[in-house]
Amino acid sequence: MTSTVDAAPYTVEEVCERFDPVMGLEVHVELNTATKMFCGCRNEFGAEPNTNVCPVCLGLPGSLPRVNARAVEGAVKIGLALNCQVRERSGFARKNYFYPDMPKNFQISQYDDPIVFDGYLDVPLDDGSTWRVEIERAHMEEDTGKSLHMGGATGRIHGASYSLLDYNRAGVPLIEIVTKPILGAGVRAPEIARAYVSALRDVIQGLGVSDVRMDQGSMRCDANVSLMPTGTTEFGTRTETKNVNSLRSVERAVRYEMGRHAGVLLSGGSITQETRHFDEQSGTTSAGRPKETFADYRFFPEPDLVPIEPSAAWVEELRAGLPERPWERRARIQTEWGLSDEELRDLVNAGVLDLVADTVEAGAPAESARSWWVSYLTQQANTAGVEPADLAITPADVARVIALVAEGTLTNKLARQVVDGVLAGEGTPDDVVAGRGLAVVSDDSALTAAVDEALAAQPAIAEKIRAGKTKAAGAIVGAVMKATRGQADAARVQSLVLERVAAGS
Amino acid sequence: MSELTRLSAEEIARRVQAREVSSVEVTRAHLDRIEAVDGGLNAFLHVDRDTALAAAEAVDAEIASGTVRGPLAGVPVAVKDNIATKDLPTSCASRILEGWRPPYDATVVRRLRDGGLVPLGKTNLDEFAMGGSNENSAFGAVRNPWDPSRVPGGSSGGSAAATAAGEAPLALGSDTGGSIRQPGAFTGIVGVKPTYGTVSRYGLVAFSSSLDQIGTFGRSVLDAALLHEVIGGHDPADQTSIDAPLPPVVEATMAGARGDLAGVRVGVVRELSGEGNQPGVLTAFTDAVRVLTDLGADVVEVDCPSFTYAVPAYYLIAPSEASSNLARFDAMRYGLRVGDDGSHSTDEVMSLTREAGFGPEVKRRIMIGTHALSAGSYDALYGRAQKARTLIVRDFAAAFEHCDVLVSPTVPTTAFPLGERVDDPVAMYLADLCTIPTNLAGNAALSVPCGVSSDDGLPVGLQVMAPALADDRAYRVAAAYELARDTSSGTPFAATIPEPAVLETSS
Repeated sequence: MTSTVDAAPYTVEEVCERFDPVMGLEVHVELNTATKMFCGCRNEFGAEPNTNVCPVCLGLPGSLPRVNARAVEGAVKIGLALNCQVRERSGFARKNYFYPDMPKNFQISQYDDPIVFDGYLDVPLDDGSTWRVEIERAHMEEDTGKSLHMGGATGRIHGASYSLLDYNRAGVPLIEIVTKPILGAGVRAPEIARAYVSALRDVIQGLGVSDVRMDQGSMRCDANVSLMPTGTTEFGTRTETKNVNSLRSVERAVRYEMGRHAGVLLSGGSITQETRHFDEQSGTTSAGRPKETFADYRFFPEPDLVPIEPSAAWVEELRAGLPERPWERRARIQTEWGLSDEELRDLVNAGVLDLVADTVEAGAPAESARSWWVSYLTQQANTAGVEPADLAITPADVARVIALVAEGTLTNKLARQVVDGVLAGEGTPDDVVAGRGLAVVSDDSALTAAVDEALAAQPAIAEKIRAGKTKAAGAIVGAVMKATRGQADAARVQSLVLERVAAGS
Repeated sequence: MSELTRLSAEEIARRVQAREVSSVEVTRAHLDRIEAVDGGLNAFLHVDRDTALAAAEAVDAEIASGTVRGPLAGVPVAVKDNIATKDLPTSCASRILEGWRPPYDATVVRRLRDGGLVPLGKTNLDEFAMGGSNENSAFGAVRNPWDPSRVPGGSSGGSAAATAAGEAPLALGSDTGGSIRQPGAFTGIVGVKPTYGTVSRYGLVAFSSSLDQIGTFGRSVLDAALLHEVIGGHDPADQTSIDAPLPPVVEATMAGARGDLAGVRVGVVRELSGEGNQPGVLTAFTDAVRVLTDLGADVVEVDCPSFTYAVPAYYLIAPSEASSNLARFDAMRYGLRVGDDGSHSTDEVMSLTREAGFGPEVKRRIMIGTHALSAGSYDALYGRAQKARTLIVRDFAAAFEHCDVLVSPTVPTTAFPLGERVDDPVAMYLADLCTIPTNLAGNAALSVPCGVSSDDGLPVGLQVMAPALADDRAYRVAAAYELARDTSSGTPFAATIPEPAVLETSS
């Protein structure tokens, strides 16, 4: 029996009655440097195909790579944030294999002297405890182009009638972060895998060196899983699952592979060392082409580049500039703002924690900042199908809107219209207020005139109010609000109505 | 033959800049010369008359308005066809790149243009610079101007033959294991391999990146030095380029031409200078060493025992790098495409294209290199070759502790007959015996003609090797030797290069 027959997956609890899982996670992170790893082409997601290319990233004959210093800086920052050592002298190597989306048919990577190595990340788990994941290494390399396989059912190369190649991504700086084997996780292995990738994402986001968007491929995870019988120490044969493109998928892929391995092993089969593809729809994995399972990459030192030698002083400078760890920052924010665990989790899950924090930093009270981002702005983001951070409004804009409400220039309703205007690209909140003429009518003489006019128009109601039926004032307020197109403060109008009636108007 | 095609580059530059003759006239004379003799030599793969004349016209106009771009402004130059040129194809003498026009100029080509030189065309070579006879060109062998039945050497055989035959006063070549010095010796001209990293490789189609070095050909040491200074110097586009001033090679040539080598310590490399050389080569070499002694040099013998590993180490390192460098020729983006008829997969198209597009020597080296880098072979082959390379570096370092320069014959033989070694790759590889150590160590070396061999009347080269970044020392010794040589014979050696015989049957 071979592993290509999918055995019925066992639950992780069932698996762990007989086996100990061993995991190794390889995460690729695209750096958000302005330019590519080895040339001056723009590094941007979503440009017209084959527009950000040059002789170097197309691997044209005669072209030569040159190292992007900002990418080296990003790699070192990631290493430091993961408590790694920084290598004094670190070289590039060529990884040789043929693939149409690789312009040179080798990838410039690093082999036995990665820029950073031997670190760890203390990963917060759902129950509040921490799991230490040991980091083997992180190294620099260049991304490949993208193949788009056309005419097939699966979008994979098999069955496609032709392929389109986009080399915009070729040469984008990548950092590959490799864990040491994660042992002893037991039934928590899938959760730990997800929590690790999630923590790594947060750390790198905090560094600002990558967009870490799994949905856009700027963060990608390959999960290696193997099982060994409980009580033994020799690792079983592993599989490497690729195409795991969300945090949830990381957890599901590990869970599925654990169950599948157990099924194969318990029915007397053996695991084939191979690459497997994760299917988001079904939550299962399938074997890659046999060709993908063994490759001799013929690594050798890249003769076109000289080794990188980061100075100790520079490394210390970067270390000193490392930001607070995201979860430490969260704990601090929670205390400072007096948030419940649930309120904090809502902020994190909605992806607005940093936005709220920045809004507070721009001068807004925490409560208002939180309220804007969690409700109205999150709704707008959902409607537009983007992340809140990608909305066309800055935390400073939101703080300004909050300030305008606090000083009485805007009502909450008007404030939402101002935000809509900013989102629609009409400029700053003040521009929108001016452009749309949205300021509250707070000029009492104008309001008084409007109130007098309304009272005069409805003498019966004015009489009722005079007789002490203050509730009747609502009709006058409504008329004034209508006349001012909603730009008056209703409470102020109410008191003006009562004042004018009492004054004998 | 026009007198203009016999002049040195230095003299052409002087006359053009003094407006005694126009660059257009000089360029036309060389284009006419190419038309007259290249049918027999096959030194050029691409010549574009109009582009060359337009460039010359522009230089003339500048000179007329008082602007002289550089010491060689107005001088025509030939460029080896593995160096990228925007306005001419760059084929590397391979079917796989036939007709490819790079969208960019190599740094050296840009520097030629910036210096007011006029590119005439692209010269023939062994395919991807792999070979020592020029017989590996997909577009026909080059003939030696001295004897059309002989090879001109390689891989820069086209550039060497063109310069020797007066088709161009100057040429660029590339030297990975001797590919400038060896054809320079075979055709009786000066060929220079500068210190690795002192001339940008950006735009040189890579054969073996850690060994490849662009260099110059001229019919005199001074011409080669003048061109060297045009193309040399740091280039940020090549990270192996050294950020240091170029050694003052023109100044050193002038100093050498004062004819005094007093106090210069010259080491004769015993391993390269004894038996194993053709008798006439050895005699010419020994005579040349005597001339150096007469010029006041202190000549000693030195041992470089690890040089015996140079050829085997080279034939592992160079193919290893080549196997990777040539992987990009896969029909996907440019060049030849075979089998794209809807019935073949991408992998099959890649294979069919590479099968059809590469010649046998290129395939041999890709296979050797792929094997040498494979898991299980790496340590025994590539790894060991790198260790041998380190030993060779140490031999040079030890020798340069008590010598300013080292000398040897450039090649153990004179130019051999076409076809003689095509079925014997090892014999072919041994033609690089004396030149390879310098590529492995990355230092500087040049070949200067030292007369003809008494056994066949063909030219012999004297190789002068200098430490890295001390190229000037080699120029000084070569210039002093050149002057003494011509003084004693009464005729400049360049004037003795015979008029190429017009072949009955074309190549």
